[in-house]
Amino acid sequence: MSPAIEFRSVSVIAGQGRPLLDGISLRVDEGTTTVLLGRSGSGKTTLLRTVNRMVAPTQGEVLVNGTPNMRPDIIMLRRGIGYVIQETGLFPHFTVERNVGIVLEAEGRPSSVRVQRSHELLAAVGLDPGIYARRLPHQLSGGQRQRVGLARALAADPEILLMDEPFGALDPLTRSEMQDMLRDLLAGLKKTVLLVTHDLNEALYLGDRIALLREGKLITVLSPHEFLASDEPEVRTYIDAFQRGEQVAER
Amino acid sequence: MNSFLARYGSEIATLTVEHVWLTTAAMLFATAAAVPLGIWLTRAPNWAGPALGVANVLQTIPSLAMFGFLLPLPWLGERAARIAIVALTAYALLPILRNTYAGIRGIDPAVIEVAHALGLTDTQRLFKVELPLAASFILAGLRTATVTCIGIATIAAAVGAGGLGELIFRGVASVDNRLVLAGAAPAALLALAADGILGLVERRLKVRGR
Repeated sequence: MSPAIEFRSVSVIAGQGRPLLDGISLRVDEGTTTVLLGRSGSGKTTLLRTVNRMVAPTQGEVLVNGTPNMRPDIIMLRRGIGYVIQETGLFPHFTVERNVGIVLEAEGRPSSVRVQRSHELLAAVGLDPGIYARRLPHQLSGGQRQRVGLARALAADPEILLMDEPFGALDPLTRSEMQDMLRDLLAGLKKTVLLVTHDLNEALYLGDRIALLREGKLITVLSPHEFLASDEPEVRTYIDAFQRGEQVAER
Repeated sequence: MNSFLARYGSEIATLTVEHVWLTTAAMLFATAAAVPLGIWLTRAPNWAGPALGVANVLQTIPSLAMFGFLLPLPWLGERAARIAIVALTAYALLPILRNTYAGIRGIDPAVIEVAHALGLTDTQRLFKVELPLAASFILAGLRTATVTCIGIATIAAAVGAGGLGELIFRGVASVDNRLVLAGAAPAALLALAADGILGLVERRLKVRGR
C-alpha cells in the first residue's frame, strides 16, 4: 500500500522559537485510519493542520498522494481534503443542505447536483433529508451539527479526511453513537483518515494505528492491540490515566 | 398655523428634498469608501488602529468648524453643496468603518477556519460567508451614520448649502420659533424615519447563532 499522507521530518517552530512539532516522520497508508493521540499541547492538531496547509512546516515536508503538498494550488489541495473540527464551523446563515453542498457550490456545480449529493450524504450520516435539509444549524443538537459537519467534509468525495476532535464536545452517549456511525460509514468508503483525539477509547475504537505524541515529538506508532500490550512508559502513563476510574471503582 | 403652512409649505418641501439629497449623497460616498476600507482592515489588522483613529478624530471636529475649514478649499468652496457632502461623508465614515471591521472580525473563528480549509477562494469567503454574516452589523453602522448625518446636515445651511437648517438659522436670526420648528421638526421626522426603516432592514439581515 502506498502512503496517502507522508510526513517527512516535519518541524513547526512557533513565534518565540518554541517547537510545536519536532522532526515528525510518519506514513499514513491509503484507506486506513490513523489516530493522533496525545495530551493538550502535544502538537497533534498542528500536525493535522500541516496536511491541508492550514499550518506551514518550518522544516520538512508533507506529501499528499506522493506529491509535496506545497506544490498544488492551495484551493485545489484543500478541496480534495475533507476537514471536520470540534466546533463544526457550520455556516449559520446556510441551511443544512447548503452547508453540506458548499464545496460543490464553490466548485461551481449546478444546484441539482448539489442538492442530490447533499441529501445522499445526510442520509449516510443518519439524518433524514426530508426533515433536516432545510433547517438552519442553530435548530440542530450538537450531535446533529457534527453529523452535518461530517457530511459536508465528504461532499466532494475527498480521498483524505482530517478530523480534529470531532466528537470532543459531545456527551459520552452521543459520542459513542457518533463513533459507531463514523466506523460504519468509513468501512464502506475507504477514506484515508487522520483523526485527532485525546480520548484513548476513541483511539482504540476507531484507529487502525495510533500515533502517540508528546511535546511535539512522535513517541510511537502502534496498532490498538499493540498499544494496549505495550510496556513503553509513555504509553503506560496514558493507559493508566484512563483506567484510574475503573481501578478505584473496583476497589 | 394654516396661514403659516400656506406661506412656508412649499419651501419646507423643497428644503426637505435638499436635506435628503445632501444626506443620501454623503451616505453613498461614505459607504463606498468605508465598507471596502473596513474589509481591507480585516486583512491588514495592523492598520485598523491608525485608520479607526483617523476616522475617530474626524468625528470629533465640531461640525460648524468642519464646514468652515472646507470653505476656503479651491474646488470645494465653489459650491456649498460640495462642502456639505464632503463634511457629512467625513462624519459618516467612522460608524460604517468600525461596524464593518468589527462585524467581520466578530464572526466565529471556526466558521472562518472552515471556509479556508474547505477551499473557498478569498472572493467566495467574502461574499458567501463574511459579508452575509456581518451584514446586520454593517447596516447598524449605516443606520447610526445616517441619523447623525441628518442632524449635522442642518448645520450645512451655515455655509449656504441649503437643507432644513436654512429655516432653523433664519428662525434663530429673526427670533421666530415657528420657523425654527419648521426646520427642526421635519429634520427630526426624517431621522426617525431613517432609523425605523434601516432598523427593519437590519433585523431582517440578522443571522441567528452567528
